[in-house]
Amino acid sequence: MHSFVYRLNGLLTFSVTILAIMCAITSLSDNLHTPSPSAEIQVMNINWFQKQPQGNDEVSLTMNISADLQTLFTWNTKQLFIFVAAEYETPKNSLNQVSLWDAIIPSKEHAKFWIHTSNKYRFVDQGNNLRGKEFNLTLHWHVMPKTGKMFADKIVLTGYSFPEEYR
Amino acid sequence: MDWQGQKLAEQIMQILLLAFAVVSFVAGYVLGSFQMMMLVYAGGVTLIALITVPNWPFYNRHPLNWLDPSEAEKHPRPQVAVSSKKKATKK
Repeated sequence: MHSFVYRLNGLLTFSVTILAIMCAITSLSDNLHTPSPSAEIQVMNINWFQKQPQGNDEVSLTMNISADLQTLFTWNTKQLFIFVAAEYETPKNSLNQVSLWDAIIPSKEHAKFWIHTSNKYRFVDQGNNLRGKEFNLTLHWHVMPKTGKMFADKIVLTGYSFPEEYR
Repeated sequence: MDWQGQKLAEQIMQILLLAFAVVSFVAGYVLGSFQMMMLVYAGGVTLIALITVPNWPFYNRHPLNWLDPSEAEKHPRPQVAVSSKKKATKK
């Protein structure tokens, strides 16, 4: 308080400290929010299902993904990162998770959607265990905040299975 | 600024900053807009900078009374006696 520069420095440091506290409280306010998302995935078609030369199974499928994730958005949400993963069990691994498709949802308006797509990333098994195998499709989402903690959650959809034979 | 003015400036700065923090947070939360919170807060900081940082006259209402020059002359500074010592001559 003894000179212009002293007061300016005090003001700037105090205001930035208070800004940090405001951001922390903003992030904490996200905990008060209870979202209610919904999603559905239909496997329209198994395009092909082959064994690679190396011996690993590979499958290509077309999915119809529809979801309403609008309630996940808060005032502190920058964007939503979602991905679809196939989960199944093999004798070698108790849990296999293969990411098939992902997207970034930049705003609440885009969060209610449906998309008809083939898998963005290749679905290759560690081995040749996929014939007749049952698997789950899970839709994961990461709520990326403007400031603070990121929340992640998922919906598990069961009841999918591979064909018995290669095609 | 005088001493009272400095204290006043510091108090105004702290209280107004906290008040603006609360107001901007509530505004942002109610409107559901993070950007609104940032804009209100930034505007508040600028406003407070204009009020508390420059040396406004109302911070100088209790000026310090320096001694008048004529008063000071009546009490002259004591002179330090300088005695030149001659070297002791050889006997």
